[in-house]
Amino acid sequence: MFKGGFIQNLPKIYGLYTGGFAVFIILMAVAESAGVSAKNIGVMFVVFTVGIYAFIGYLSRTVQVDAYYVAGRQVPTVFNGMATAADWMSGASFVALAGGVYFGGYTYMAFLVGWTGGYVLVATLLAPYLRKFGCYTVPDFIGTRYGGNLVRACSVFVLFIASFTYVTAQINATGTIASRALGIPFELGVWIGLISILICSMLGGMRAVTWTQVAQYIVLIVAYLLPVFWISSKVGGGVFPHLMLGDEVARLGELEQQFGLVKNSAADMKAAGVPGGLKYISGPHSAVPDGGMAVWKYLSLAICMMVGTASLPHILMRYFTTPSVKSARRSVAWSLFFIFLLYSSAPMLATLSKLSLMDPNLATGIIGKSIADVQAIEWVQRWSEVKQVFIADFNGDGMLQLNEFFMRGDVVVLATPEVAGLPFVISGLVFAGGMAAAMSTADGLVLAISNALSHDIYYKIIDPKADTAKRLIVARVLLVIIGAAGAYIASFRLTSILGSVAWAFDFAMSGLFFPLVLGVWWKRATREGAIAGILAGISSGLVYLLYVYPKFSVAIWGVAHDPWLGIDHLRFGMIGAPICLVTMVVVSLMTKEPDAATQKMVDDCRIPSGKAVLGKQH
Amino acid sequence: MSNKDAHWEKTRSHMFVTLALWFFFSIVIFMFGSELNTMSFLGYPLAYYMTAQGSLLAFVIILFWCTGKQESIDEEFGYAEREED
Repeated sequence: MFKGGFIQNLPKIYGLYTGGFAVFIILMAVAESAGVSAKNIGVMFVVFTVGIYAFIGYLSRTVQVDAYYVAGRQVPTVFNGMATAADWMSGASFVALAGGVYFGGYTYMAFLVGWTGGYVLVATLLAPYLRKFGCYTVPDFIGTRYGGNLVRACSVFVLFIASFTYVTAQINATGTIASRALGIPFELGVWIGLISILICSMLGGMRAVTWTQVAQYIVLIVAYLLPVFWISSKVGGGVFPHLMLGDEVARLGELEQQFGLVKNSAADMKAAGVPGGLKYISGPHSAVPDGGMAVWKYLSLAICMMVGTASLPHILMRYFTTPSVKSARRSVAWSLFFIFLLYSSAPMLATLSKLSLMDPNLATGIIGKSIADVQAIEWVQRWSEVKQVFIADFNGDGMLQLNEFFMRGDVVVLATPEVAGLPFVISGLVFAGGMAAAMSTADGLVLAISNALSHDIYYKIIDPKADTAKRLIVARVLLVIIGAAGAYIASFRLTSILGSVAWAFDFAMSGLFFPLVLGVWWKRATREGAIAGILAGISSGLVYLLYVYPKFSVAIWGVAHDPWLGIDHLRFGMIGAPICLVTMVVVSLMTKEPDAATQKMVDDCRIPSGKAVLGKQH
Repeated sequence: MSNKDAHWEKTRSHMFVTLALWFFFSIVIFMFGSELNTMSFLGYPLAYYMTAQGSLLAFVIILFWCTGKQESIDEEFGYAEREED
């Protein structure tokens, strides 16, 4: 059945895998109708899929440096696109994106534009050139292009801050989903999640992560799209929601008028005892908020997310694994296509789920009904018990108003199948999808950090004479340490202090975007310029974050500061990146032009054909 | 001008064209969100449609177009890679 090598057989292998997964879903549906409990179905979904990832991870074990760091540079274009999409779409994207759109409406959707538009920057400015360069890690490019250990260490520092902020959130998400699906305490879920992540990455490094990410993409996209299409046809949204929800969006606008968008005061919410993290609808779904400030806030958020996307090392390093420059470029386009499939569905899911709760003409509608009736609904009870849903009666009229219904954003994805009356097998599938999304991103991030530390700090700076075996041992030990550190922090739920995953984008944008881009596009950029730019960018970004984020600024200055020009803690890259650029240009122009060898290196990386700038084993 | 420089000049202007398109779909249209929302597309308010789906789709199309064009530029200057490398 399988003639030829592994790579030639990839479409067959993943075709079989997808078919096998479909059979598994059907088996679960049969089991459900035969009376297997909802809880056991959830457990089987998670255990089965994670087991497969671990098996793939084991099969992909390797003892070669270039297989460990860059999957042997033989990942075909489309498969690399799928792996990148899984790498990219985190647990947060999967469970929280639709919820964000649900509560934030138009304003929130700046994230959608930001998290996709960034790929245009990746493809035009960076990916093909970094692939030609032949580096193993992102700091490897900066260290070689500018020359010297200091600039290499500076870029590892930025990579570490950005990726570590992100990875704790991912391990946290893995733990949350594992604990809900398996019915175990959160702290235990975190460690089980970590072990699953490490099994997928430790033995085979980038090679193992690549092939598990492809498998994870297939699970997560099926788990996201199937419910969206099913719910849509069930609630009368049409068979193809993306093109057919115009009337529903208009209806939401009418309902907002009818119920009124009211902002609750903080005091009211505190008095009613609304649990932290729960939100209510206070903004319009499709209407654009008025005023220049609203436009600026939308644009600045989109810019931060786009530029951040183009600087995040765990994404850039995926394009080091393709066989050629051409396929690196092409696979960026495929990545974006695979991401688009999920991202364009999130607003549709939000629309459907919002309408099914808001429209009094629908059987599922709860707004405007009596609170006693709503509290008797099964899913409301179930999610209230775990403090994911909350009902307050501010005006004391016994009827549920729009501003009196609180919900955690995640519930939109996790509970909508249930609310719409889909069988539990779909909810089990959604758990498996969320787990796949969180694991695949965590894998990529942990690997990005430990590879930078093992290759750039240990091998390039501390012990350049280390042999292959020793390098790979160090890489694996660091992988376990980084993973454990992330899980340790996640298990204390300190992530609430770490704030938002958006910070990872702002950090990366402040310290890495311009050093990377100018490294390719501006020959005159010098080592001193790069060092000054990285340090100025990351430190100004960090200081501004401390200044503007209330939890930090109260601790340091004793007062909360107003954001300057509307640049709040989600957008601090708007401060860091321009400072990085100006510093880098000024210092570069003040210092001596890079030598001829460096200029030739830049010339070489701009030409797609020919040998990589760095040797195969370096 | 050497072949190498001519290739780079063309690559660079292609990059600027791509980024101009990117800038239009990510920034320019959202500067006029309220105005665009008075128009409709597929029954959706236009600005809502663009942020939920339209711009995302535009980026996908831009990228496939951009890679195709860049490949033909590389071809033109004899820098296309051989498949077996």
